[in-house]
Amino acid sequence: MSDLQIKKSSETYDVVIVGSGAGGGMAGYVLAHAGIKVLMLEAGAYFDPQKDSQQLKWPWESPRRGAGTTRPFGDFDAAFGGWEIDGEPYTTKDKTEFFWFRSRMLGGRTNHWGRISLRMGPKDFQAKDGLTDDWPITYDDVKPYYDKVDRMIGIYGTKEGLENEPDGIYLPPPKPRLNELYIVKGAKKAGVTIIPGRGSVLTEALPGNKDRGACFFCGQCGRSCKVYGDFSASSCLVIPAVKTGNLKVITNAMVREVITNKEGLATGVSYVSKDDLQEYQVNAKTVILGASAGESARILLNSKSAAHPGGLANSSGVVGHYLHDSTGSSAGGFLPELMDRKRYNEDGVGSVHIYSPWWLDNKKLDFPRGYHIEYGGGMHMPSYGFGGGIQNMNGAVPGRDGKMKDGGGYGASLKDDYRRFYGTQFGMAGRGTAIARYDNYCEIDPNVVDKYGIPVLRFHYKWADDEIKQAKHMQETFQEIMHNMGGAIYGGPQGPETNYGLEAPGKIIHEVGTIRMGNDPKKSALNKWCQAHDCKNLFVVDAAPFVQQGDKNATWTILAMSMRTAEYILQQRKALNV
Amino acid sequence: MNRRDSLKALGFTTLSAGILLEACKPGEPKTEEAAPAAAEAQAGRQPFEVERDKKLNADKFFTAAEMATITVLGDIIIPKDEKSGSASDAKVPDFIEFIVKDMPDHQTPMRGGLRWIDLQCLNRYGKVFTDCSKAQQIELIDLIAYPAKAKPEMAQGVSFFNRMRDLTASGFFTSEIGVKDVGFAGNSPNKWTGVPDDVLKHYNMQDVKAGV
Repeated sequence: MSDLQIKKSSETYDVVIVGSGAGGGMAGYVLAHAGIKVLMLEAGAYFDPQKDSQQLKWPWESPRRGAGTTRPFGDFDAAFGGWEIDGEPYTTKDKTEFFWFRSRMLGGRTNHWGRISLRMGPKDFQAKDGLTDDWPITYDDVKPYYDKVDRMIGIYGTKEGLENEPDGIYLPPPKPRLNELYIVKGAKKAGVTIIPGRGSVLTEALPGNKDRGACFFCGQCGRSCKVYGDFSASSCLVIPAVKTGNLKVITNAMVREVITNKEGLATGVSYVSKDDLQEYQVNAKTVILGASAGESARILLNSKSAAHPGGLANSSGVVGHYLHDSTGSSAGGFLPELMDRKRYNEDGVGSVHIYSPWWLDNKKLDFPRGYHIEYGGGMHMPSYGFGGGIQNMNGAVPGRDGKMKDGGGYGASLKDDYRRFYGTQFGMAGRGTAIARYDNYCEIDPNVVDKYGIPVLRFHYKWADDEIKQAKHMQETFQEIMHNMGGAIYGGPQGPETNYGLEAPGKIIHEVGTIRMGNDPKKSALNKWCQAHDCKNLFVVDAAPFVQQGDKNATWTILAMSMRTAEYILQQRKALNV
Repeated sequence: MNRRDSLKALGFTTLSAGILLEACKPGEPKTEEAAPAAAEAQAGRQPFEVERDKKLNADKFFTAAEMATITVLGDIIIPKDEKSGSASDAKVPDFIEFIVKDMPDHQTPMRGGLRWIDLQCLNRYGKVFTDCSKAQQIELIDLIAYPAKAKPEMAQGVSFFNRMRDLTASGFFTSEIGVKDVGFAGNSPNKWTGVPDDVLKHYNMQDVKAGV
């Protein structure tokens, strides 16, 4: 270690961006296209879906047949990393739980996400129940940016005129699959609103864009798309930004901290290269963090100096606090009526074909806010787990001869059962608003560092009655929908022993809120432009600034907010000297 | 870029959709991607994944006798029939050998379950499972293949057989033989225009529409 030294660059960039996902990618795209000299640091490997996607591979091309041994969402899934990364631990506190999903790669988690692209509505920015703080901005402030993101990246959907599910500018949605038509029937009968999905997949060519291909309906968005037919920050933002000649990417660059001067202004960042394990410092006039809600908070809390003794941008003490992930609970079953169904290609798109936006009035309910429901089912590509647990299915319906038989078995009749049941299954999953609470937080663990010597995050997160009651309501709704689908076979609702199937915090991978915005510098870290109250040349563009999530997946709002912040930086070029 | 250009960009050199679909059908060597994987860097795979697979493939878990039992059991679960080959035709035993190394949680239940079967056979028939007659093998399997009617003292055998059945189904229906057998018609470029009309009509779903 005697030769270890910090390599300081003499060059000064206009802007350094930490992270290449939805937030960092969008900021880089906007600034590079405006002629700003940008350096982007990504903690993982280079990834170009065109070359690196596992799209169109058959199950037998994976020795584990697509199982999720090294990748949580399966062997062909695009996401590197997961809830555990060797040498990069995190801890939890007071016997609470939090699962932190990290994808160290160009484009981050956008390479594999579900592409479900929902705008937050007016009531998500300003809720009327007084339970949480308002955002310092309204839906109307963000709407023009949602519109621009829709046009620039492409999204399918339908105009429905629902108050808190604002309509966008849409390509045609994919039609429902057969199983989904049963779900539509069941949901409508149960009084649950159900509408075509909204997803960032190019169901038609994107007007004015020659670099991205139209979707060819393989249903494999999770593997990332070789023709760029869906939204990944790598394919749609970073790679085009590099082509401007104004944005340089350094991959495998794990940022330690933001460097500040005596006046407390940011002057650059330090990082360790995972390639050569050397230490580097780069200079920039403005620093933008887009490393994810957890990682950006970690960087700020690790950036302590005389000017910022409690961590950078943290004179309020809120950094790390108000962490919240969506709630999640699910159910599923199969439709005997669909046994022996005709085979055809129904891969469709790799995002949702249908979904249910929140449809109820909370005044009549025992929990605040709400949830949406995502649905699926059909004749998918077989992978590891195919036909699993058939002993619970083939004894529940009559055989070809009309007679009941014992579940399980073996031999020719079992082999035939696998064929008969193929494509009969369906599933549904609720994704709901969790309340942002000061007491749910991440902080620096005083005792633990990762393999690069960087102090790690320690999480403290507990669900409250609000979230548990919401999950209970989800389970009740699922039972009603499944009952109304007509002849579906499914298990009973999950009960209190599992918190009604409520997933552990972090499992839905929608974590937000750790560096929140606000007009009051005593109660927030960032102003309404996502600019640090304490450090005017520091911005945050991932999901950390969210004051309070809605029951909406975060990505579309991250994109709109990052674009808004990048345009603000352009307006402030003189003040920021970029 | 329109859909046709998308397909060209994917590396399909022909513009004929029919040939495109054909090219993606199981059983047809598609592109160089389908060739045996080299041990060197693979596009989109992390170096640790490539290394790990290499090591798993070099290791051996089951003994020859265990593999023989797995092969017999697999073909009892999924035999050859008029439509397709057996589990062993689809190389299911090789898949099971790999997957227990990939997921070590399978190792003890599989090894112990195979031994449980042999002990049952030794006590009943004086021979290990693979040396028993076909009739004896089936007599034993009938005691563990139906969870709801199996006797309580056979519960460990039931658990093992459930696992073995699941692994066999996974291995078979993810092979080329099995994907073709089950009739999966996707994984090929197309335009999704909704459920075919005859199917809609068959299930009386013509009027079902999502939307407010």
